[in-house]
Amino acid sequence: MSRFLVHRFLQAAALVAIMSFACYALIGLMPGDPIDLLLSSDPRLTPEDVARLKALHGLDRPLVERYLAWLEKAVHGEFGYSRLYAQPAAGVLWPRLVNTAALMGTTLVLAAGLALPIGVAAAARAGTRFDRIVNALCFAGISVPTFWLALILILVFAVSLGWLPAAGIPMARDPGVVDRLRHLVLPVATLALATLGGHVRYVRAAMVEALHQDFIRTAHAKGLAPRRVLWRHALRNALLPYVTVLALDCGTLVSGALVTETMFGYPGMGKLIFDAVMGNDYNLALLALLLVTALTVACNLAADLVYAALDPRIRQR
Amino acid sequence: MRRRRPILASLCLLLALALVRPGPAAAAKDELVIGITQFPSTLHPNIDSMMAKSYVLGMTRRPFTAYDRKWQLVCMLCVTLPTIENGLARPVDLPDGRRGVEVTYTIQPGARWGDGVPVTTKDVVFTWEIGRHPMSGVTSAEGYRRITRIDVKDERTFTVHVDRLTYEFAASGSFQLVPEHLEREAFADPAQYRFRTKFDTDPTNPGLHFGPYRIVEVASGSHIVLERNSTWYGPPPAFRRIVVRAIENTAALEANLLSGAIDYIAGELGLSLEQAMAFETRHRDRFAVAYKPGLVYEHIDLNLDNPILKDRRVREALLLAIDREKLTQSLFGGRQPVARGAIHPLDWIHADDLPAYAYDARRAAALLDEAGWTRQGGGTRLNAAGEKLTFELMTTAGNRTRELVQQVLQSQWRQVGIEVRLRNEPPRVFFGETVTKRRFPAMAMFAWLSAPESVPRTTLHSQSIPRADNNFSGQNSTGYANPEMDRLIEAIEVELDRDRRRALWHALQHLYAQDLPVLPLFFRSDSFILPRWLSGIEPTGHQYPTTLWVENWRDARP
Repeated sequence: MSRFLVHRFLQAAALVAIMSFACYALIGLMPGDPIDLLLSSDPRLTPEDVARLKALHGLDRPLVERYLAWLEKAVHGEFGYSRLYAQPAAGVLWPRLVNTAALMGTTLVLAAGLALPIGVAAAARAGTRFDRIVNALCFAGISVPTFWLALILILVFAVSLGWLPAAGIPMARDPGVVDRLRHLVLPVATLALATLGGHVRYVRAAMVEALHQDFIRTAHAKGLAPRRVLWRHALRNALLPYVTVLALDCGTLVSGALVTETMFGYPGMGKLIFDAVMGNDYNLALLALLLVTALTVACNLAADLVYAALDPRIRQR
Repeated sequence: MRRRRPILASLCLLLALALVRPGPAAAAKDELVIGITQFPSTLHPNIDSMMAKSYVLGMTRRPFTAYDRKWQLVCMLCVTLPTIENGLARPVDLPDGRRGVEVTYTIQPGARWGDGVPVTTKDVVFTWEIGRHPMSGVTSAEGYRRITRIDVKDERTFTVHVDRLTYEFAASGSFQLVPEHLEREAFADPAQYRFRTKFDTDPTNPGLHFGPYRIVEVASGSHIVLERNSTWYGPPPAFRRIVVRAIENTAALEANLLSGAIDYIAGELGLSLEQAMAFETRHRDRFAVAYKPGLVYEHIDLNLDNPILKDRRVREALLLAIDREKLTQSLFGGRQPVARGAIHPLDWIHADDLPAYAYDARRAAALLDEAGWTRQGGGTRLNAAGEKLTFELMTTAGNRTRELVQQVLQSQWRQVGIEVRLRNEPPRVFFGETVTKRRFPAMAMFAWLSAPESVPRTTLHSQSIPRADNNFSGQNSTGYANPEMDRLIEAIEVELDRDRRRALWHALQHLYAQDLPVLPLFFRSDSFILPRWLSGIEPTGHQYPTTLWVENWRDARP
C-alpha cells in the first residue's frame, strides 16, 4: 500500500510540475499584455511609461526565462506577489479560498446528500412515473443555464418575496453565522440545483446496473429484506463510479463557480482565477491553478483509497 | 431511531425559518449602498488606472484640481487656482531655450489625514519622489517627470517648476498625494514599494485618507465600506456610512437594486444605456434615471494603410452612407448625441460650424462612382480591375450595443454597394493586439475616453503611430500623418491665450473633419439609476467621478 501511495504521489508531483509550465505558457501566449490593455484605456501613457512598466513587471523578458525564475522561487515556497492586487499571491488567495470552500463544500454535500436517496429511489422504481418525473427534472436542472437560474432565484426570493438577500456575502462588519448562512442560501441553491441533476443521473444509472447483477438476485433468493438488498448490497457497488464523480468534482472546491460568483457578487476563486488569467497575473493565476490541480489529484487518490474500502476485491489486488 | 426523526425535522424547520425571513427594511437614511460593476484591484491613487478605484477614492481624498460638472477647472485641495493673471503661475525661460512654468499652490487650511496629521508640503515632495522614480510602479509618470524642482515655502505652500509651459499648467489632477508619515518606510526600497504600500497592505489605515470619508473595510471582490472622516475640512457629508458593492453582472445589479440590497447604481460603472432605458420604463415610480452624455467617443478607426481607404472620397462616402441620427434615435432614444468629431459639444473648444456629413446616400454613391467603384444592378461595387468594394469591420465581441450598431452600419453600407464583413474579437485580443498593433485590415470600432480640452497628441500626432520600432506605443492606430495636424497639436499645447487657442482648436477640428481619418459615430451617455429620495448627485460626463462631490449627496426626504 505504501509503495502504491509513493508511486501515486510521485505521479501527482510530476503532473503538477507539467501543469505549472502549461499554465504559464498558456497565459503567456495570450495576445497582448496588461500594459497593452492599460495603454488602450489611458491615452496619457507615454512610450516611456509603457517601456518602464513592461520592464518593471518583467514583461519584456522571454517567457521561458520568466517561468524558470518563477519556478526557482516556487520550489522554495515563494509564490511571489500578485501583480493585480500588489499583495502576496497566497495572501490574496486565502480569503477567496475560504469563501469558495464554504460555497462549493455546502453545494457538494447538499447535491450528494440529495442525489443518493433520489437516485436510489428512481433506480428502485425504474420505468415508473416517479422515475420519469425524476429524469425529466434532472434534465431540466442540467439544461437550465446557471446565470438564468440565479437570476430567477434572485427575482423570486429577493425581489418579489424579499425573503433572502440577493447578494452572496453580508455587508455587515461582523456578520453572525445566521446572516452568513442566509446570504449563502441562494448561491448554494443555484449551484445545487444546477449540479443535482447530473449527480442523480450518475447514482441512478449505477444503481440500475447494480440491481441487475447476479449477486442481487442471490441476495433476494437468500430471503434478505428488499431495503437491505437495496441499501447494503446494491448501493455499495453503485457507489464506486459515483465516488469517481465526487472525486472529480472536488476540484471545484477550490476552482469555484465563475458564473454564480459573478451573479451574486460573491468573492470566490472562480472570479479570482478568471481575473488573474485575463490580467496576466502569473503568480496569482499559477498558484490558484496549481491548487486546483493538486486538490483534484489528491481527491482522486482519496477516491482510490475509498474504492479499496468499498470493494474488498480491490484491497486484495 | 424513529423517534429522532420528528426532532430532526423540527430542527430543519427552525433553521429554514431562521434563514428564510423577510430581508431588512430599506436602508436607514444615514447609510447609502452604491452598486458598481467593477472592484478596484489596488487602492493606491497613483498605481494602475481603474474607474472603480477613482470612484472609491473620490470619497476619501481630493486632487489639487479637477474639472467640475460644468467642465471648468476648479481647485479642490488647493486654495486658489493658479493663473498668470493672479501671479500664481509664472512662465520662465529655461537654459535650453524652452519655456517652462513655475506654479504655486497652497494646500487647503485644515486639510489633515484621517489620523490627525496635517497634509503638508512634506507629502507633496514625497509624492513627487515616488512619482518620478522609475521603479515605484506609478502608472502615469509623465506629469511627475516634467517637474524639475519643488520649492517649499512653508508647510502648506509650494512652487513646482515644470520644464514645459502648456495651457494645462494649472491642472494637476494626476498629482495624487501620498502620506509621507505612513509611506516613507514602504518606499525604502522603491522596487518593492508597490507591494509594500499601506494602500494595499493596510487599506483601512485612517492616515491614508483626508476626504469626507475613510475606508473602514475592504472585502476583496465584494464591497468596500466607508465611514465619515472626522478630520475632513469641508462641509460634513450627510451619510454616516457608504458601502460600495461590486456586482459585475448588470442583470444581477438591477435585481439587487430592486430587492433593496443596494440603493443606487452609479452611472460611471453601471447599467448600459439600453438597460437603463428599459429599467426606466418599468420602474419610473421608484427610481429616476439621469442620462449624462460624456466624453466617451464612439468611432470607427480607418486603417489608412488600406489602399482603398487611402482615397478620401471613399472615406467620405462611408460616412455619408450611414444615418447616424436615425441610428442613435432608434437604438438609444436620441440620448447619445451624434459626434461630428472627437470634441464633445459641451466642451468650450467645440466648433459649431463643422460639416455634419448628414445621411446622403446619393452623394455617397456619386463619390464612390467618382473614385472608380461602380455598381451594376444592386450588388457590390467593383473597380476597373473587377475587385469588390469590401471591408472588414471589427469590434469587441460580447458588447451587445456595438454588435447592434455594427449590424445597422453593415445594412446601410450594403444599400450603397459596399460589402462589409463583421469580425469581432474578445476585448483582450482586440485592444491588446489588433488595435494596438494596427492589425485590423480596414475598420475598428471602439471608444476613446478623454478629459475636457484634451489634446489629441496620442491619437492624431504622426509621432504617435504605433510601430515595431517604437514598441507599438502611441494610439494613432489609423496611421494618420498630416504635418498641419502635428503643427496644430504642438501649437495648441503651448498657447496660453484662450481666444487664440480656441481658433487653433477650431482649425484642428475642421482639419479632422476634412481628412476623416476616423468615422465619428456618437458620444456615449452614462446612466445613473437614482432612488427618488437621493439628491445632490451631479453627473460630470468626464473622467472625474461624481464622488468628488459626495459631501453634497443627501436623503431628500423630510
